[in-house]
Amino acid sequence: MAMKISQQKFNERLSSNLENDFMRGAVAGAQHRFQTRRSAAVDSLNWEEWRNHGEEIRQHVLENLDYYLYELSINVEARGGHVFFAQTAEEATEYISTIAKQKSAKKIVKAKSMVTEEINLNSHLEQLGCEVIETDLGEYILQLDDHDPPSHIVTPALHKNKDQIREVFEQKIGYTASSQPEELALHARKVLREHYLTADIGITGCNFAVAETGSVCLVTNEGNADLVTALPKTQISVMGMERLVPTFEEMEVLVGMLTRSAVGQKLTSYITVLTGIKEALEVDGPEEFHLVIVDNGRSSILGGEFQSILQCIRCAACINTCPVYRHVGGHTYGSIYSGPIGAVLSPLLGGYDDYKELPYASTLCGACTDVCPVKIPLHQLLHKHREVIVEREGRAPISESLLMQAFGMGTSSQSIYKLGTKVASTVMKPFTKNEKITNGPGPLKNWTAYRDFPSLQKERFRDWFEQHNKGGNPK
Amino acid sequence: MNVSLFATCLVDMVQSNIGKNTVELLERLGCTVSFPKGQTCCGQPAYNSGYVKASKETMKNTIQVFEDAEVIVCPSGSCAYMLKEYVHIFKDEPLWHEKAQRIADKTYELTQFIVDVLKIENVGAKLNGTATYHPSCHMTRLLKVQKAPLTLLQHVEGLELLEMPLKENCCGFGGTFSIKMGQISEQMVDEKIASAEQIAVHYLIGADAGCLMNIGGRIDRKNIDIKTMHIAEILNSR
Ligand code: SF4
Repeated sequence: MAMKISQQKFNERLSSNLENDFMRGAVAGAQHRFQTRRSAAVDSLNWEEWRNHGEEIRQHVLENLDYYLYELSINVEARGGHVFFAQTAEEATEYISTIAKQKSAKKIVKAKSMVTEEINLNSHLEQLGCEVIETDLGEYILQLDDHDPPSHIVTPALHKNKDQIREVFEQKIGYTASSQPEELALHARKVLREHYLTADIGITGCNFAVAETGSVCLVTNEGNADLVTALPKTQISVMGMERLVPTFEEMEVLVGMLTRSAVGQKLTSYITVLTGIKEALEVDGPEEFHLVIVDNGRSSILGGEFQSILQCIRCAACINTCPVYRHVGGHTYGSIYSGPIGAVLSPLLGGYDDYKELPYASTLCGACTDVCPVKIPLHQLLHKHREVIVEREGRAPISESLLMQAFGMGTSSQSIYKLGTKVASTVMKPFTKNEKITNGPGPLKNWTAYRDFPSLQKERFRDWFEQHNKGGNPK
Repeated sequence: MNVSLFATCLVDMVQSNIGKNTVELLERLGCTVSFPKGQTCCGQPAYNSGYVKASKETMKNTIQVFEDAEVIVCPSGSCAYMLKEYVHIFKDEPLWHEKAQRIADKTYELTQFIVDVLKIENVGAKLNGTATYHPSCHMTRLLKVQKAPLTLLQHVEGLELLEMPLKENCCGFGGTFSIKMGQISEQMVDEKIASAEQIAVHYLIGADAGCLMNIGGRIDRKNIDIKTMHIAEILNSR
């Protein structure tokens, strides 16, 4: 799967998802659970102080990214690992494919990683003839379900309910038990165990790389990343180039913020830290380790007006709180990155041709900005996109530009405004019935498709006020 | 106190009732209210849609009109916030930036002004019935006025306040969003109305004409028995 998950137009995706009651029920339920758990985990802390600290760490890293990337590379290599810096998705997949060929790999196990989805790694490896197995339960379900795309960055199968998952298991892996989540998970676990033991290569993402030690930190609740890094002889971690911290001290802070924001836990069940290859006295770990650092458009975000989006630690708190995502679900965004983070990031990484609607699929309500643990001003970045689309890219519809220019003229000149507002009520008169407009002209048409519009009052407020000031209004 | 009222374009043109109640309320609380006639709109409709240049002319007009005001009071959290945002919007134009700062420093949303500046918590209003307050997004999250409206409402004689589920969720207005993304907006406003229906209230109260027009317009379309009211109308009931 690449970052782009659909060939359909935004409006087509939107309509079909709005009709998907299963998905909408699942999303509303999940938002409720995530929000409640998150609040319980952060409300007792001085969360604002944590957020300031989190923001500071992330900003510091971005300001000194070249330095820390260099330090990270030196330390990975000092512990016997290899570092590859991939400027594009193709460079990354090619490098990893070469390793797979060298190792004559037949089976590859993977722990959840959004960046490998972004670079479309699985299909490249499958083309080589490798069997690629996702070991995160959510990813595994989607993979079994004919590569259904993820709809959420933390819980990728969030759009499915347990009965749908049972059906997939029945069809694909001979499952016969109930829709109980415990039974489903147990079965998946049994099947996956076999794969870990027989895999030639393990591939993971990277929640945080630690520059000082050359370590890769992975946060899971299922422990699958632990097995992926411990059992296969060759191990590859793929990271977005901004996902690093200077030392373990900052890692500890950010992991705590990530797990609280994502799932409302102080810590997840497993925090796996992998540092270099297996040493003489160690019992497990890879004999060969590669760290693939992926740019794929990130360096052009750096230093610009959207830089703060690179602070993101992929916790999904913004998605879990978003009232638009709530109704439209992840697939409407057309990108593996959905919700507010996706609406900001996808156009930056994938371009406006595919993603120009996303910045408008927001009321700018600010709920995302409020919960972001690293204080990314998400709603302001969505607004910034709109400004770029309208003023620099010139992509706004002509009808809208004309309307907005008229707005600018009408509201910056006092005399035009006064005249305009006076004329407006006369113009609207034919559309008005029982003090309401139910089928308005021009831009009002889209308003009245769903709601009534109050009739423009014969007397504008300013006219009333003038009378009032003269002492003329009846009280 | 001399108050310059920034009524907002929606109130001026469409919802003049809100303006009338705001004036009467402030006068009853001892203020002298003026309405600088040159005022038009805060600039949000164009600004939020990405037309920053076009909207700046509107903003400059607002800045000039209110330059000499002692305090500016606005019966909309979103527009009051916008006036404060001018500081950020004009950060690269020193002359306007300075003027914007002066405007921002003396701008208040109506309930914020009553509670924080006039130091009044009970305005002596009376209204019988049950009601729920919709905390609109910009007022609550960006302007950070959260308690003042509730404090004032709690003192309204005869009014019983109930909390609706998912009260923090946006009602789906979002300015041009309600037109551009009508399908999504419809779902959002329906959920908002369903929340209010769940607690069976007589009134749904808000402090922003935009949100109320969205919620009220949908309520009218669906013939639902809940009345949307602006907080100024409630506080001016006797
Ligand atoms: S933008 Fe903020 S809230 Fe959203 S996923 Fe990233 S870190 Fe989490």
